[in-house]
Amino acid sequence: MPVKEILGKMIEFDDDGHLKNLNEWNEEIAKELAKEEGIAELTDRHWLVINYMRQEYQKVGDAPSIRKLTKESGVDTKELYQLFPKGPAKKAAKIAGLPKPKGCI
Amino acid sequence: MRKLVIVGAGTAGTMMLNKLYNALDLSEWHITIVDKEETHYYQPGFLFIPFEIYNRRDVIKPKRDFFPPGVDVIMSEIDRIEPDKNRVVLSNNRILPYDYLIIATGSRVDPSEVEGMKDKLWHKNIFDFYTIDGACALRNFFKHWDGGKLVIHITEMPIKCPVAPLEFAFLADWYFTERGIRDKVDIHFVTPLPGAFTKPRASSILGDFLEKKNIKLITDFTIARVDNDEKKIVGWDETEVPFDVLVTIPTNKGDEVIARSGMGDELNFIPTNKHTLMAEGFDNIFVIGDATNLPSSKAGSVAHFQSDILFENFMDVIEGRKPSAKFDGHANCFIESGFGKGILIDFNYDTEPLPGKFPLPGIGPFSLLEETKMNHYGKVMFRWMYWNFLLKGVELPIESNMTMAGKRL
Repeated sequence: MPVKEILGKMIEFDDDGHLKNLNEWNEEIAKELAKEEGIAELTDRHWLVINYMRQEYQKVGDAPSIRKLTKESGVDTKELYQLFPKGPAKKAAKIAGLPKPKGCI
Repeated sequence: MRKLVIVGAGTAGTMMLNKLYNALDLSEWHITIVDKEETHYYQPGFLFIPFEIYNRRDVIKPKRDFFPPGVDVIMSEIDRIEPDKNRVVLSNNRILPYDYLIIATGSRVDPSEVEGMKDKLWHKNIFDFYTIDGACALRNFFKHWDGGKLVIHITEMPIKCPVAPLEFAFLADWYFTERGIRDKVDIHFVTPLPGAFTKPRASSILGDFLEKKNIKLITDFTIARVDNDEKKIVGWDETEVPFDVLVTIPTNKGDEVIARSGMGDELNFIPTNKHTLMAEGFDNIFVIGDATNLPSSKAGSVAHFQSDILFENFMDVIEGRKPSAKFDGHANCFIESGFGKGILIDFNYDTEPLPGKFPLPGIGPFSLLEETKMNHYGKVMFRWMYWNFLLKGVELPIESNMTMAGKRL
């Protein structure tokens, strides 16, 4: 299991490179994870998506698909790709400290 | 009389009907199957039509050939399922009450989900091969095409038979080689996935096949729109792939009746327990085949393995027990690789496709994750097995749950 040091803390990741332990997540760690994904700064729009994803995960036990994101988060597909270039669903899940969405098979 | 209603008489629904028909006492059970179409399509055969290997006749039979006597067959659209009232409402408002319901409404392609896909070039320079009409239109186009840029494209996951687009690419390489114009056909494979396939080990092996066959792979491409005037597909990040002919797998969705019934997710697939195959939240509804939201492949082989599990669980439930059989996500796919050869993969929820021999460990006759002539014969023979055994619910000599025997880690 890969372990990385973030903000002076040893943090465990799963094989997909997502946070192993959901409870270790906080906003500061999210900012560091975002930097690794090439997102220098998390704006309010980023946070809207990240917070929606975390809520959904707590409700249904899986990170939402891109389709569900655009339908329910209030951010349309085009903007999602601007906020989280390449795979928004996967990237936003990673930054939100959630495992890879099961829909991504 | 207890009432069983099966909605959908495709591969999964027909198999389930025949299995249960043989087991249920018809003096105690009234069985009804509903479908809107008289024709059964052998969908795996669509892939071969554009390359003139099969024609329309090879892939159709009347559905009624596969229904046993004494079953109530209703050919009608369904308006909606009312799961809280235990009834199905047909489009003519006729009501079918049930004690148990099996949903097998499948999935279908919906090109209207992408801007510009079903526009003026549809079935002229842009084709699908997941419908019989698309496959036949593409055959007519290929016959007189003298080359250019062929783009094979997957819109979004999940799709029916995730290996079919790869098989299409391999067969295109073979077909244009046979026609003597392979040097004039530039084949590109464009996918939203990070590799050639969904599972890492198979993805890397199949990716090597693409390279060997001079098919260019473009990964992580998520389509935003099709530009009909400039003949190109455009991604959400504004990357562009131009084409002369686009063969796309449009978005796959569950049937609209599922949406009308309020039973589906955002793609009309039904939340289903991945082990028991019961619809989440209901103790008298089962779901089978492409209609489920399960993270398994949408394919006939999967529906077949599910049918064994569903059968056991159905018998448990009607006899007052808890469902005891567990589906493991087993899938088994012959991948046609062109030039009379094929590749076979066998996997489930937890185990990705591995090399080895199948179904007899060490013997085969089929080889997993390897290109052999025998694998190709398996695929050719399968159509015969499908019509004569599979749909009729006859046991096949393959375990419904995956086995590690014969596989190399």
